[in-house]
Amino acid sequence: MEGAMPEEKIRILIAKPGLDGHDRGAKVIARALRDAGMEVIYTGLRQTPEMIVEAALQEDVDAIGLSILSGAHMTLFPRVIQLLKEKGLEDVLVFGGGIIPDQDVPELKRLGVRGIFGPGTSTDTIVEFVREEIRRHRAGEPRQ
Amino acid sequence: MFDKKHLDAIEADRKRWEETTLKDSLRRLPECREKFITISGEPVQRLYTPADIADVDFNRDIGWPGELPFTRGVHPTMYRSRLWTMRMFAGFGTAEETNARFKYLLKHGETGLSVAFDMPTLYGYDTDAPEAAGEFGKCGVAVSSLADMEILFDGIPMGEITTSMTINAPAAVIWAMYLVAAEKQGWEMEQLGGTIQNDILKEYIAQKEFLFPPKPSMRLIVDTIEFGSKHVPKWNTISISGYHIREAGATAAQELAFTLADGMTYVEWAMQRGLDVDEFAPRLSFFFNAHMDFFEEIAKYRAARRIWAKVMRDKFGAKNPRSWWLRFHTQTAGCSLTAQQPENNIVRTALEALSAVLGGTQSLHTNSMDEALALPSEKAVTIALRTQQIIAHESGVVNTVDPLAGSFFVEALTNRMEQEANRYFREIESLGGVLPAIEKGYFQRQIAESAYRYQREIDTKARVVVGVNEYVAEEPLEIPLLEMDREGERRQIARLQRVRAERNNEAVSQKLAALEEAARGTQNLMPFIIDAVREYATLGEICDVFRKVFGEYREPVYF
Repeated sequence: MEGAMPEEKIRILIAKPGLDGHDRGAKVIARALRDAGMEVIYTGLRQTPEMIVEAALQEDVDAIGLSILSGAHMTLFPRVIQLLKEKGLEDVLVFGGGIIPDQDVPELKRLGVRGIFGPGTSTDTIVEFVREEIRRHRAGEPRQ
Repeated sequence: MFDKKHLDAIEADRKRWEETTLKDSLRRLPECREKFITISGEPVQRLYTPADIADVDFNRDIGWPGELPFTRGVHPTMYRSRLWTMRMFAGFGTAEETNARFKYLLKHGETGLSVAFDMPTLYGYDTDAPEAAGEFGKCGVAVSSLADMEILFDGIPMGEITTSMTINAPAAVIWAMYLVAAEKQGWEMEQLGGTIQNDILKEYIAQKEFLFPPKPSMRLIVDTIEFGSKHVPKWNTISISGYHIREAGATAAQELAFTLADGMTYVEWAMQRGLDVDEFAPRLSFFFNAHMDFFEEIAKYRAARRIWAKVMRDKFGAKNPRSWWLRFHTQTAGCSLTAQQPENNIVRTALEALSAVLGGTQSLHTNSMDEALALPSEKAVTIALRTQQIIAHESGVVNTVDPLAGSFFVEALTNRMEQEANRYFREIESLGGVLPAIEKGYFQRQIAESAYRYQREIDTKARVVVGVNEYVAEEPLEIPLLEMDREGERRQIARLQRVRAERNNEAVSQKLAALEEAARGTQNLMPFIIDAVREYATLGEICDVFRKVFGEYREPVYF
């Protein structure tokens, strides 16, 4: 009976860890997800991993999108994942974007960042990714 | 530019052309799109005729280069006398590595240095601050103390080259380090030339590398303007930047209007300090973006000069013709580069650089093809520099001044740019000026809106970006990327610890205490910063004093 029950809204946190102030991508994604009907919370700039995970907990989000361009992702993304685990939030979908070299992607995925979206990704791709991942999760399907 | 009779005849002929030649053609060959727009979303007509520039007065609006309104350039002979300065932005990791890159660029014909600082430096943190974790050397060089600055310019004659430094919130401190390092090389302050970006307003608006609230930040900037005009007369103490406003997603007209509005705000603040406008205005410089829409960009630069000259003369009463000049540096648009098929970026950059030259830039940075992926490799940066040299020496575009003047299209676009900018000025004015507009999130919302529209155009293929949404390659093209020295951070922190251990810590405390007291008052802070820097007080220590006295800024969040 797909579609019979009103689908629960997806709540999503868009966060900018680290120092860089390049928030164009984060804001464009936040806007696209909101236009796609999701509830979007944007943290603003210069968030520490601790602040991001705290916000995720407070806001009870389904997903966190991390945006970073300065190159500090290999320090900051794993820290977010680790803190989520410590808080018992390992169910929260984590994905990231920014200037992230291909060679760093396998390691980030191994740690649990489920999607990495580089420059040139269309917002539709990201919206679809989030929808599909959350749908699977809510249907109780295992994450692949 | 044309008399009424002439225009009427053209208009009549236009109707005839539309009814006959055009109609026939459209029947056989309909146009590909319903609407043709610039990158900024401005409509472009099928055709421009004298009717579109009917209200242009040659003397008033175009005029002669080197004379009001400077539409055609600030110098009468432009590139026939001197080419623009080819200034490539460089900086990565340690001062040693960056010093080597500077020497490499100078050897290959670069004519001025341009320093990129790393994120912690831009935010006024030392390399070993907890906030700097993971950020060392990623987008530039780390300069935590005078010791780093001395190494950065080791073997480079600071009184003979000019240096541009992209630093904003902590600009006064980094500039002080530069002045003291040059003094240690044996140069007098009067001999030093260069630019500190020092534009805090665009940080609140777009780039977001702010530290303190707007008012104390503005005070620091006026301090540098005042100090510079008295003691470092060849230095541009501010480079009022539209570049980052554009990178954050603004349209060309928004870039133009917001940048010039910022410029007017600095002039107002400096005049309120009691400075004579003609004493400091000649040292104000600008920094614009060169995006992909060739003619729109050229129109933007031409309009910028014209607006600024009028503003300086009529609004601020400047008498010195040099105060009317809008001199500017240009950088090709980083945001136009694609990570896909990076070699295509060479072509994008060449077109953008050409628009900057046709627009009359004084200084140009061409981006490297790999910059959507990493810091530029030596090969990529050399191609980018060669791009400028080919335009300068092979294309012939330098042979005449403002070659596009009188083009129906370019003059109409230039007018439109000016009108759009004036519309934005009125809007900013109605919000109470630039600072209140920042605090209300006006600029941030405007830019976010434009960025989103642009992205949606790409997503829906209303706009083609080669290699991204059309002509996509099956196999990703690999290009060699710069590898960073992984030992750099360790060496940088070791040097910082050595500096802290070997300096006279008592003197440092005294100088920092004096700085704090001055910051609480109203004196010019530059001499106090210079004194602290000379004792090797670190960037983080000095900025901590300011953080304590001024507080830290938190921006309103909009998307």
